Parts: sequence; C-alpha cells; structure tokens
Amino acid sequence: MSEDKILLAHGSGGKLSHDLIKQIFLPQFNNPFLEPLDDSAKIINRHGSIAFTTDSYVVNPLFFPGGDIGKLAICGTVNDLSMIGATPFYLSLSLIVEEGFSINLLKQLVSSIHEIAEQAGVKIVTGDTKVVEHGAADQLFINTAGIGWIRPGINLSGINARPGDKILLSGYIGDHEMAVLSQREGFKFQGDLKSDCAPLNDLVEKMLNACSFIRCMRDPTRGGLATTLNEITRMSNVGMVIEEEKIPVRESVKGICELLGLDPLYLANEGKLIAISPPDDADQILEVMKSHPLATSAEIIGRVTEENPKRVILHTLIGGHRILDMLTGGQYPRIC
Amino acid sequence: MKFVDEFRNKGIAERMIQKIQKTSTRPIQLMEVCGTHTVSIFRYGIRGILPNHIKLISGPGCPVCVTPNQDIDLAIALSRQKDVVIVTFGDMMRVPGSTSSLQKERAEGRDIRIIYSSLEALKIAKEHPGKKAVFLAIGFETTSPTIAVALLRAKEEKLHNLFFLNSQKRVPPALAALLQLKQVKIDGFILPGHVSTIIGTNPYQFIAKEFGKPAVITGFEPLDILQGIWMLIKQIEEDRASIEIQYRRVVRENGNPIAINKIYEVFEKGESEWRGLGRIPDSGYRFKESYKEMDVRNFDIEVEPSKEHSECLCGEVLQGIKSPLECRLFKVACHPENPVGPCMVSIEGTCHTYFKYQ
Repeated sequence: MSEDKILLAHGSGGKLSHDLIKQIFLPQFNNPFLEPLDDSAKIINRHGSIAFTTDSYVVNPLFFPGGDIGKLAICGTVNDLSMIGATPFYLSLSLIVEEGFSINLLKQLVSSIHEIAEQAGVKIVTGDTKVVEHGAADQLFINTAGIGWIRPGINLSGINARPGDKILLSGYIGDHEMAVLSQREGFKFQGDLKSDCAPLNDLVEKMLNACSFIRCMRDPTRGGLATTLNEITRMSNVGMVIEEEKIPVRESVKGICELLGLDPLYLANEGKLIAISPPDDADQILEVMKSHPLATSAEIIGRVTEENPKRVILHTLIGGHRILDMLTGGQYPRIC
Repeated sequence: MKFVDEFRNKGIAERMIQKIQKTSTRPIQLMEVCGTHTVSIFRYGIRGILPNHIKLISGPGCPVCVTPNQDIDLAIALSRQKDVVIVTFGDMMRVPGSTSSLQKERAEGRDIRIIYSSLEALKIAKEHPGKKAVFLAIGFETTSPTIAVALLRAKEEKLHNLFFLNSQKRVPPALAALLQLKQVKIDGFILPGHVSTIIGTNPYQFIAKEFGKPAVITGFEPLDILQGIWMLIKQIEEDRASIEIQYRRVVRENGNPIAINKIYEVFEKGESEWRGLGRIPDSGYRFKESYKEMDVRNFDIEVEPSKEHSECLCGEVLQGIKSPLECRLFKVACHPENPVGPCMVSIEGTCHTYFKYQ
C-alpha cells in the first residue's frame, strides 16, 4: 500500500477497503471460515452449521428519514446473517458513547433497537457500554454481532455463481445513502427520500423456501450495487452482463444524482439484496420476491457469463455498453 | 415530464443514431469541452454506438484538472497553518500537489471541511471567529456567481475572517487558445450546458466567426448529446458554422444576466494559469480593488517549489492531444486510489473516466 495513513476512503467499502483486508488482515488471520469473505462466517461442526458475524455502525447523523443508527445496527447484522442463508437468533449490542450524550436520545435509540429486534425476531442476549471522553468519539458508535442457524441443504456463498445463472435485485437502489447524505448536508430536497433500512430475514426465508438452490445472496451496502456485483465476479471467477433499464432507481434519487454528479449504482443500500439463482428457478423466485412487501419492485437485472471473468458489463439505457467497476476512492459531488 | 427518463429513451436514441448515420459522410473530430459530457458519453456507451468515422475527443472542461499545481501546493501550505480552516468542494481533496494532497493533510489532522455550496463557507467562517476560513474558489462560470455572492455577503456582514484562494476559470478564452495552438484537429465543439446557462451564446461567437468552426451548446443526458452531435454534423455537412443551442430547456442566448452581473460586481477578467495550456489572457477573474482584502494570495506564506511528475500527460490530455491510453503511467502507477495527475482524481477527469468506464 503506497499510503501510510488510514484515509476515509479505506472505510468506503470500495477498492481501498478490499486492499486493507487483503494486505493487512487476511495474512494474519486467514482460516477456512474467514477465507470466503462472505457476509457471515459459516462454522460447521457435528451439531450443524452456525453463522457468525459482526459489524460496527458510525453513521452521521444518528437519526435520518427512515431510520436511525440503532435500527441500522440491528438490520445490518440480521442481514449479514441472512445473506448466507442463516436464520438470525441472537445478537450482541455494544455501545461506545461520547461523554455528554443526551440520555433522552439514548432512550429513543434503545427503544428503536427493541422495536426492530422484535420485528426481526432476534434477541439481544449480551451487551456492553463504554463511555469515552468528549471528543474521543463522535456521539455514539454501535457494534453488533450475531449468531444464526443454517438449515441443512442451504449453501449460499459468493463463490457459487455459475455461467448462465440469473441475477435478481430486490428493489430500488440508492435510497439509504441519499437519505443520509441529504440529511447530513442539509439539502432541502422535496420528495419521498427515505432510507430503505429493513431486516431481510423474512424475505430470505421465503425465497429459500421457494428455491433452496439459490447460489448466492448479498446486500449491496457500502460501495453499492456495482461494487457488490464485482465482488461476486471475483469470488466466483465469472463475468456478468447487467441491463441498466432493469435496475430500479427512484425519480428523486436519479434527480439528486444528476444534480451532484453521483452514480446511483455506487450508493449504499440497507434493505436490498442481490440473489444469484440457477436460470430455471429465477422466475419463480422473482414471483415470491414481488409478493413480499420488501421486494415488490424486484427485477431480474442480468446474467452470469463465462466470458469476461471478474468483469461486470453494463448494457446502458440507450443501447451502448460499458464496464461497471468497483467503487474507487469515495464518491465526491462534482464542482459544476 | 421529470427531465430525466425522457432523455434516456432507447427508441428515440436509436432513431437519432440512424439520423446521424444518414447525415454524416465525412470523417470528423468533435471535442466535448465539459467533463460532465465526457462522463455521460462513457456512462451511456455513446462512443461505441456512433459511426466509426465520428471521433469524440475530451477537452479541458474539468475545473479540478485545470487547476495548476502551484495553487494546490498553496492550498496545502495554507492547511498547515494552525489558524486556518480550509473550506473546499470535495473534488479537490485527492488532487495531488507536488508532495501531498488535502486528503493526506486531513489524515494528519489539518482542519479541512468539504462543502456543497459556496455559502456554507460563510457559515464555517462565522462558527470559527478565531480562525481564518479559506475557501478554495475553483470552478468555471457555473460556479463563479455563487462564489461572487459569498464575497458580497461576507462584505455585507463585515465578516473579516473569510478569504478566497481564487483559481476560477473562464471557458471561452481556453477554447480560443486550443484553436490557436492547432495541436489537435477540431471540426466542432460540444459546448458545456451549465457554463452556457450563465454566459449564453455571445462569448462563443468567435469560434464560428474567426475560426469557421461550428459549436452546439448541449445538455448532459444521452439524448441531448446525440442530438447535439447530430446538429454539429448537420452544420459540417452543410458547410455552415454557427453557435447553436441544443439545451434549449435551460440555456438562453443572453445567458443569465443577473448571475453575470454578480460576477462583475466583485471580479474583473484577468489572466489565469491553466494546467496544460499555460497562462491565457482573460481566462480567469481577479478581485476588484474593494475586494482585494479577501484574496488569500496576500498572505505571507512559504509554499514549496512546485513540481510535476515528468511522465504525467495530464497537460496533453487536457488539450485533447493525447488520450489517457497513451500515458505510460495510466493504470500502472496512476489509478484513482493513488492518482499521479489531477485528471485521474476528479469524477469528471478524462483519465478517471477512461479508468472507470473503458
């Protein structure tokens, strides 16, 4: 790595984050559970398969349209477990709180955590709170870890995609990052901008009930749809062709992206999933998705190819094509 | 009409391409001046669907890219002053100066804030009365009116701790310089939509009158660009040269007089240094006498001697002489995580666009 300091871009979920994992963490910790780099680790022992994951949440502002950092911390970990086909059961909850933080706000967040945990059907079974001096943390950080069970016959992993497979997306992309960005920067955009933050375990369960042969699921969080698709092509050593006209993007998100010079394909989502399925099962899975409230706008957005391994080719709206790469650096709005 | 999807219609795009194919008989080279056009052209794969004999070349229309190294170095030197808060558009963060960048300086703990609107600079200055807020005033005519308003407000509100590093640029003199240099064959210009919203058609008339080249002010959606290209081809095939507007839904012949007046309340035309093109008369703005106190160039500050990577081709790329693919550093030593030149930094930079989409 040519940089000798951690930059904000190292946490963007894009290429620098990957370099950090590959060059600093993996060489020290690598083991068969960590190596696939799926959203959760799958631990197989004689009693069955357990999924285990952890994630930290540092969103600013703490409250945004459609959610807050508490809701995010539960949904994020529930979704990471769900993405390898596990049913989430138990979560830990750790808070790092800055001295001076409002107890009232803390109460609001804890109540929001309780509500979403109930909805997702998970229990918070252990926790920790640390308070640090004013200035040592920005208000409040949350870490959650989670455990889930994987039932026999389910094998979801980013390494499973095969040529011919179909790629499904559960709905509108970009809502979360746009909602947070406009709240943070004080943009006064009118319209329906709301984070899509939601637990996906129920949707995943229904999809797996319909077809237990789904090969892979991913939630396109930091780095967005484009980065997640690229990750899968690298893990499975396949190519992908994506039809831009099939990707659902809200008018409001499209409009603000044009204004700021951002690309919705790189915006973070917190309640969407990508599924890769055998070609013959895709239509049936799509039907199940569309009948679920969290995926009514689901679409088959493309297919896995043998050609162009580790590359995602986008067929553009007007009939051209281009390479869709991972997020590089952060997305900064343009000047004019 | 939401002004987005309507301009991305596949059927109309196909018909427009057929029209282009039918009209165009000679090999031509068109320059898209603006970085936003370059991004759109790549994002929608427009080069691939045009007939082979129509070549698009990218011009100097990315404000970050044309900012000379010494201005970046000055911004970095200022950020190292204990009593300075740097206020900047996000694009500037990763631009490499001679030995550092604002992003690296921020990791070292310097106070550097990213803003989205020039007026936020006033807010930051007010919030830090004990510090000097320095706004990096970068951009073309699109951004200048908002910078001018920030100056006017600062004066009105007697804000004494807001300063400006003025590196603003005017587009038409740069196009004149490109045409005079004759380093690259340009048969017509796809003119920037946003800049022209402010300045209108008048400042471009010399392109047709003195150089006999057609130019079309064009919008940024794929159908806008295809129609703009078709309008240029039509002029070329009919041996005409005039300044036309494709982006009618936004651009007027006389531009935006209110915005123009704001600019000239605080600035006057002046020489400016462009990366790649050098010093061009009247291609920038200088402070009017009564606003000179806000000029950060009055600060007594030591700046490291500027140097550029000897193999970086950003200068040639900005003039349309070379393509990023001809640069030995491209994708080898120079990539978006570790950019050598500014064209790899900005989302509108030609090298970055080639890297991302090619």
